[in-house]
Amino acid sequence: MTVQPIAAPPERFPRLPDARPGGRTRLPFSPWHLFLAPMAAVMLVPLIWMVIVSLETQQQANGFPPVLIPTSLHFSNYPDAWNAVPFAHFFINSALYSLATVAGNLLFCSLAAYAFARIRFFGRDVLFVVLLATLMVPFQVILIPTFLIVKDLGLIDSVGGLIMPNLCSAFGIFMLRQFFRTLPIELEEAARIDGTSRLGILFKIVLPLSLPALATLGIIQFLWSWNDFLWPLIIINTASHAPLQLGLSTLQGAHFTAWNLLMAGTVMSQLPMLVIFLLAQRWFIRSIAFTGIKQ
Amino acid sequence: MTAHSHADGAAIHRRPGLIKRLAASNHLAGWAFVAPAVILIAVFALIPIGWSLLLSLQSNNLIAPGHYVGLANYRALAKDPLFRSAIGHTVVYTVIFVPVSIVGALGLAVALNRKIRGIRFYRLAVFVPLVTSTVATGIIFLWLLDPTFGLVNYVLSLLGLPQQQFLQDPNEALYCIVAMTVWGWLGFDVIIYLAALQGIPTELLEAAEIDGASRWSAFRSVVVPLLGPATLFLVVWSTINALQLFDEIYVTTRGGPLESTTVIVYYLYQQAFQFFNGGYGAAIAWVLFVAILIVTMFQLWVGRRRVYYMS
Repeated sequence: MTVQPIAAPPERFPRLPDARPGGRTRLPFSPWHLFLAPMAAVMLVPLIWMVIVSLETQQQANGFPPVLIPTSLHFSNYPDAWNAVPFAHFFINSALYSLATVAGNLLFCSLAAYAFARIRFFGRDVLFVVLLATLMVPFQVILIPTFLIVKDLGLIDSVGGLIMPNLCSAFGIFMLRQFFRTLPIELEEAARIDGTSRLGILFKIVLPLSLPALATLGIIQFLWSWNDFLWPLIIINTASHAPLQLGLSTLQGAHFTAWNLLMAGTVMSQLPMLVIFLLAQRWFIRSIAFTGIKQ
Repeated sequence: MTAHSHADGAAIHRRPGLIKRLAASNHLAGWAFVAPAVILIAVFALIPIGWSLLLSLQSNNLIAPGHYVGLANYRALAKDPLFRSAIGHTVVYTVIFVPVSIVGALGLAVALNRKIRGIRFYRLAVFVPLVTSTVATGIIFLWLLDPTFGLVNYVLSLLGLPQQQFLQDPNEALYCIVAMTVWGWLGFDVIIYLAALQGIPTELLEAAEIDGASRWSAFRSVVVPLLGPATLFLVVWSTINALQLFDEIYVTTRGGPLESTTVIVYYLYQQAFQFFNGGYGAAIAWVLFVAILIVTMFQLWVGRRRVYYMS
């Protein structure tokens, strides 16, 4: 008796068997490539073009037809752009702004979220709703009064003025509270019996278990602060106090016909975020997916 | 009394009055923990919300103290033709941006949900524009769409198509803004949809296949409904963001040409920080807020009736 071959298990949706050998498709590769490759090109061409123009001379950049492949690489655009506007200051200001807001959010939101998640105190639920309500109000509503408050605090035109309003956001409190509540409470109760202070519990037990949520909050806040434009536009007047995106727009304002220079400046300003993204892709994607999947 | 393993339970048996002390320490501890956050959010969010409402009832040039004028700002807004056209531009932008980016993202997510060679490269290509700033996007597209030297017009000329004025044409500029913001934000929607697609149980689709459903009808009747929560989230999120469009406008067209890209927030910026009509700007912000609130509540209401949640 011949052994009947066992049928292969049905192919799983939606990960379809794309390149079917001897099947309907006559292409040596999956037909999906015909759709994905042009899409990838559309997404990447603007960035690739940015790099190409950044390496051209002004005549090549402002020429028609556009020079698609420059014969020589004009790297001097980069130091020229760096010196045309205070790029070093832009980077430092952005770094301070981003790191300070990330640190502030991680610290203050953790403290508050822990209290909302684990401590029963008077007015807790009302307070939580009130803080959450601030998330519903668009930034433009508080833009003008925040400007006036920062002015009264004497922080106009300073990095401090950028940082202060963004040190703590209800979004972080909400996210961390939801996360803390999913942690098993027995660990914290055991530590409480052992006499650990609440602060100790937070820092020694809860936070180490919350690294994914903290990383998500940190990444989202860092990306937001690094790319922030409207708030710096409103309160910064001096070029050397500007963070990166505002600084880039001043380069645009001063040299809007020197596109090769402008592209070099754009490349320099986007490079850090691009590099961080490429190195930490999984964290980025996970963080973004997380914001969409919360219940 | 022997100590038990439950902290508060043992305490109750040990000494009365300890409950009160523990409870008091709870209140104190709770407030101590939230204090920094509460102070920061009170000063930089709660107070500004109230203040901005008061500002909208004033005539205030942001330098000298203002004086109250009642609802004059709102009455002026109702009659302001520039505000009305700003609303029109914002609505046109939103009504095009949201469906285009969501449908496009869904298609891309389905295409990216494959195990073919190079899929990681394709995914990366779609995600990368997300980390570029709005300013960079504006500058890059300003150059790409330049009527004389831009790459897009060059490609059009190679294809024998007429040259366009793009951002310098009052009839085209807003649509160019749609294109560049879709480019910049598509990756976000794709990530959300990809994650949602990968959460769909394969048994459901296998069952549909067994029942004889074609791939397209299985997609329409099984996948799309199950993506309901993700779609609702993206619709609400994209709409809120679209109504607040500003950065790209500032960097590319400054509201022009001929005010054709002046959206609500750009108009607010002009009024408050170029013409120093602080009270008027605050009133614009509140109108925008109420509009966003109404639109969001409507979308959530529709969502509640039509979105199916798996669990």
